[in-house]
Amino acid sequence: MITFSNVSKIYESTGKKVTAVDHVNMSVEEGEICVFLGPSGCGKTTLLRMVNRLVQITEGSIEIDGKDIQALDSIELRRSIGYVIQQNGLFPNMTIEENINVVPKMLGWDAGKRKNRYKELMEMMGLNPEEFRKRFPWELSGGQQQRIGVARALAADPPVMLMDEPFGALDPIIRDHLQNEFLRIQKDVKKTILFVSHDIDEAIRLGDKIAIFNQGQLMQVGTPDQILSDPKNEFVRDFIGSDREIKRLTLLTVKDLLNKGKKGNRKSNLTAEINEFYVTLDTDLRNALAVLLASPTGEAVIVDQRNQPHGILTFTDYELLTGVHPSKLKSIVH
Amino acid sequence: MKGRSKVETMIRIGLYALLIALFVYAFQIGAFTYIAENPSEIAYLVGQHIRMVAISSAAAICCAIPLGIFITRPQFKRFEFLVINFANIGQTVPSIAILALVMTYLGLGWQTAVFALWFSSLLPILRNTIAGIDSVHPAIIDAGKGMGMTQKLILWKLELPNASYAILAGIRTATVINVGTAALAFLIGGGGLGDLIFTGISLYDTGIMLSGALPVILLAITIDFMLGIFEKLIIPKGLQRKVEAI
Ligand SMILES: Nc1ncnc2c1ncn2[C@@H]1O[C@H](COP(=O)(O)OP(=O)(O)OP(=O)(O)O)[C@@H](O)[C@H]1O
Ligand SMILES: [Mg+2]
Repeated sequence: MITFSNVSKIYESTGKKVTAVDHVNMSVEEGEICVFLGPSGCGKTTLLRMVNRLVQITEGSIEIDGKDIQALDSIELRRSIGYVIQQNGLFPNMTIEENINVVPKMLGWDAGKRKNRYKELMEMMGLNPEEFRKRFPWELSGGQQQRIGVARALAADPPVMLMDEPFGALDPIIRDHLQNEFLRIQKDVKKTILFVSHDIDEAIRLGDKIAIFNQGQLMQVGTPDQILSDPKNEFVRDFIGSDREIKRLTLLTVKDLLNKGKKGNRKSNLTAEINEFYVTLDTDLRNALAVLLASPTGEAVIVDQRNQPHGILTFTDYELLTGVHPSKLKSIVH
Repeated sequence: MKGRSKVETMIRIGLYALLIALFVYAFQIGAFTYIAENPSEIAYLVGQHIRMVAISSAAAICCAIPLGIFITRPQFKRFEFLVINFANIGQTVPSIAILALVMTYLGLGWQTAVFALWFSSLLPILRNTIAGIDSVHPAIIDAGKGMGMTQKLILWKLELPNASYAILAGIRTATVINVGTAALAFLIGGGGLGDLIFTGISLYDTGIMLSGALPVILLAITIDFMLGIFEKLIIPKGLQRKVEAI
């Protein structure tokens, strides 16, 4: 668990004081992903870097599992925290394998163990270990470099990860793909993750919790559902956008809607062949809506994991959601 | 990139052709007869020349690189601009003026020559070391720090390897120039191949002059070539290919 108590950071540059982080109080549970969200310059990176003491705290304290980080040795602290910096920061003079093994090497792992770990991580990231072993960072695409950056931070299996816009400079398709992989990996490794983003959609998708900042102040912290359904003030409301009713659809999948409507029985009158307008059970309701809007018949075929037709989705199914207050959204399906 | 390497080979071939022409000219003018008649004198002067260059360059490397590292540490960073300015201004002083200046304090002799050569090689190496270390992308250092690397590890594993291209380029240039400058050492009693060159000039004997100049040229080319190979060996592969790709 990571606890921030009254944390402030004041930068002094050329006599002028900049309050980058302003009395932040919050905590992040073990195994949770907390997304720091906010406009550029609101202090996300600064707050993140205070956790591994790359930035000195001006006031307040940060505790990891009840231990004040100021009391720990900064080198040891950093080796126990995975850090993915805003630019990927791979070392150009080292091969991919050497890059990934930096921390394990400092921790004195033997060569065999390091080799196994390298293979494991590359497979986790969906990259061929042999193909990339002797390559150098500049010989990789931007998306591959980002993945190596994440793999490197995971190398010594640290319980805590700090990730500063790790999917920042990527095109939407690769970002989408990496976000999915990220969630899949997190399901296995269950790290406590502080994740910086300025993209509300990314935050909704990845965060167990979202913390929204403005000018160094914590505006609101809560689950994506809470933030979307109950924005605390004007700033948060503006920041998440007027389409939050649509955004909250991201939080539910087609399966949730089917369970609610108990409409597995529609399979009998299913004559439609699978065409391009189909959704899977795991498609979120926002994307499913997009498919419905594109479909000339206003219908989409639902396919299951084995690509077999499972039912039909129509606009009327969405009526199940009308009149439900957003805060009850999760409860209606469970 | 291909076009570029083509131009490079063409320039190279042109230069070699010029050199060969020079050697043919030297042969006709009788420089080689002088060399053939006085092999022991030439060998002695070449030895003296090499010794001067080797000692002054080695000393310059041994001083400039540690000094460059020292001044780029966070604790001393604020003095960096002083050193850089000093190095920049120092470099604009012609080597012959340095020789003259040093001579007024240390008098004539071999040591004076070595000291002056050391001083004029020091600055380019120092400047390149500082520039090289400073040019390492801050994100790389930041990532290293964030991963828990100590200051020492950051220096040895990140800063020096990534600055090696610039540092070695500084050494290479300084040493090759040093070979030429060392020919001036004769003027302050340092010996070396300048002996033949200046004797030739004062006697209006092109043959003698060239028998000093040709070995200097050969020496410079050989050293440049050897240092080029050395660079290839030392600079991390990941950086070498990057340079090619630019
Ligand atoms: N080293 C520094 N010295 C002085 N001011 C700084 C320093 N680093 C950051 N700041 C200021 O602190 C504020 C917060 O910066 P920070 O990098 O934390 O923003 P951010 O939320 O990460 O922004 P972005 O989304 O653009 O990365 C900014 O106003 C910035 O100008
Ligand atoms: Mg930032």
